[in-house]
Amino acid sequence: MILNGSQILAEVLVEQGVEVLFGYPGGSILNICDALYDYRDKIKQYVTAHEQGASHAADGYARATGKTGVVLATSGPGATNLVTGIATAYMDSVPMVAITGNVGTSLIGRDSFQEVYIAGITMPITKHNFVVRRVEELADTLRAAFRIANTGRKGPVLVDIPKDVTAAKCEFTPGPKIEGEYTTVLDDEALKAAAEAINNAERPVIYFGGGVVSGEAGAELRALMNKAGIPAAHTLMAAGVVGCDEPLNLGLLGMHGNVASNLAVDNADLVLAAGTRFSDRVALNTEAFAKKATIIQIDIDPSEVNKNVLVDMNLIGSVKDILAALLPLINENSHPEWLKEIGEWQKQNYVPADDDSVLKPHQVIGAICERAGEDAIYVTDVGQHQLWAAQYCRHVSSRHFLTSGGLGTMGFGYGAALGAKAAFPDKPVIHITGDGSFHMNMNEACTAVSYNLPVITVIMNNSVLGMVRQWQTVFYNRRYSGSEPERVTDYVKVAEGFGLKGYRCTNLAQFKKAMDEAMTLNRPVWIDCVIDREEKVLPMIPAGETVDKMILE
Amino acid sequence: MSKQVLSVLVANHAGVLARVASLFCQRGFNIDSLTVSATDDPAISRITIVTEGDRQVLEQIIKQTGKLEETKKVAPLKANSSLFRELLLLKVEADEKVRREVCGICEIYRAKIIDLTVQSLIVELTGNPNKIDGFLTMMKQYNILEMCRTGVTAMERGYSVQTID
Repeated sequence: MILNGSQILAEVLVEQGVEVLFGYPGGSILNICDALYDYRDKIKQYVTAHEQGASHAADGYARATGKTGVVLATSGPGATNLVTGIATAYMDSVPMVAITGNVGTSLIGRDSFQEVYIAGITMPITKHNFVVRRVEELADTLRAAFRIANTGRKGPVLVDIPKDVTAAKCEFTPGPKIEGEYTTVLDDEALKAAAEAINNAERPVIYFGGGVVSGEAGAELRALMNKAGIPAAHTLMAAGVVGCDEPLNLGLLGMHGNVASNLAVDNADLVLAAGTRFSDRVALNTEAFAKKATIIQIDIDPSEVNKNVLVDMNLIGSVKDILAALLPLINENSHPEWLKEIGEWQKQNYVPADDDSVLKPHQVIGAICERAGEDAIYVTDVGQHQLWAAQYCRHVSSRHFLTSGGLGTMGFGYGAALGAKAAFPDKPVIHITGDGSFHMNMNEACTAVSYNLPVITVIMNNSVLGMVRQWQTVFYNRRYSGSEPERVTDYVKVAEGFGLKGYRCTNLAQFKKAMDEAMTLNRPVWIDCVIDREEKVLPMIPAGETVDKMILE
Repeated sequence: MSKQVLSVLVANHAGVLARVASLFCQRGFNIDSLTVSATDDPAISRITIVTEGDRQVLEQIIKQTGKLEETKKVAPLKANSSLFRELLLLKVEADEKVRREVCGICEIYRAKIIDLTVQSLIVELTGNPNKIDGFLTMMKQYNILEMCRTGVTAMERGYSVQTID
């Protein structure tokens, strides 16, 4: 059938299983918006306050579902507003297709109104990008974008479509939904060698990351942990893969990870790194990281091997396939001595003191989890609240803790939470933020209201930029340069102004009451939680340092 | 630190050179020289990169370049089984006092004189980069007016052909 470029776009989106689209209209995508009007029953569109919010929403949708998130923006500023969202998705390997309009091909290169070379701008923050210059190439280019975004190591792909291409017509042939075509090539010798090393280890530890989430390898990972009796520590990106109450779960590793996780890796004779990339927040000192251990790395991306830390063995492929292949070669085992030693370290784990008369971060998080339950999706911004959430949320399943790990994007949370809520209207979605991050993109409140996305936003409000200030406290002799902006924002009034419900709490009883009420309202809510600006994220290993430099108070 | 010549087959698309250059820039990899040329297959171009780094860096360069969507193959070329060639154009001040000497050196290196004026001449030399370096060392005693080198292009010796898997 003969269709125009915009109709082809809509057809391919439907064909690729896209049900939800986040975006913002504009001049260069008027044809696309017009075509989507006819598809509004098949593709639900969410128009955000700002394109950045739309990009984070597409990202949050993708993180929560594992499906490719789709965001649409116009040329020029519409496209550049996506950049932070695309970079966020890129750093955390989140599948996303970003579609931008551009000025017509005859206007390209002439500094036309709202023209920007977005393909050039996004080159280093996408897996790949395309400029579609002929309508005949559009359908297959879009299909390629979906294939690339959700195959192998996942990531964002941008497709830039000049306006005349969205109007030009050509023959369209429907195609099938593209499934990830990645196949793991198993290396039997390498698997045997790895299994032998694991079987012979006396002090083994598994260190796993976001690859286990995107590779849906949680069941295989737990099977291996339990069969071989190996304790496991996780990165920020993998919270929830192993339930917080499972005995072999050591919890968070790295800069703000707990004592036992970090000491276990430091003292291990074998580290099995699964779907993780030895980032500087975990391998703070690459020379010293797990230096007593034989390191075996499993990753789908061969370029991750020996990038930051030199490893002894590597197994390339999807974590799920590799772990499944490894499992029969692994002996049933237990390491009582080693676990006993780790148990002693666990006694040294930092435990903050309760105080019901004020709001203590860990108690706020605890109260949230009690009320929101195990089904809830927790979405954070970036800063102290993010690490408190990582440390104290009761993580029980994958894809239920969404956070910007690699890029550390303040302002990520609200958009991402809306994306997650759009994906799972029946699950509670709790956006845990700080007053710093929240000021960046709180404008998305209007989106929550427009589409009645009842996200509960809990603002850990210490009225300072807490993480920056914490570093200044510890490393800069309390010189609080730029971190105490003295804002007087009244969140209850602002919430009301946007059309949502706002609460302000200064002690735990108030918070519990507000949270209880918020859970019943079925409308977007903000809860302003006043916390002390001296609260710190502990423990903390200073950047580039080792576990013996851990700060515990 | 060691030098490494990479022969990279890429899709012959607009922007592919920018992608490779952007990657090297982003990750702080060195480019000593880079040449792009057509191959016998119009859909494929060859980028020959001379780069430098320790073992870990070279491994990263090869893998990261290989990860680009439009990269079809990255082949690190071994010095002992490959041919490296570069073209030099050199404009030297050479009046009658030194012209004979200059021509003598050119003869030894089998460089061709392709332009001549009363005060200057232009020399063309093709060869292994080491040979060109050697020639330039000799020519430094004269007044070099202008110089350009193409960068290395390379091919494996023998019957075998670099193909896309």
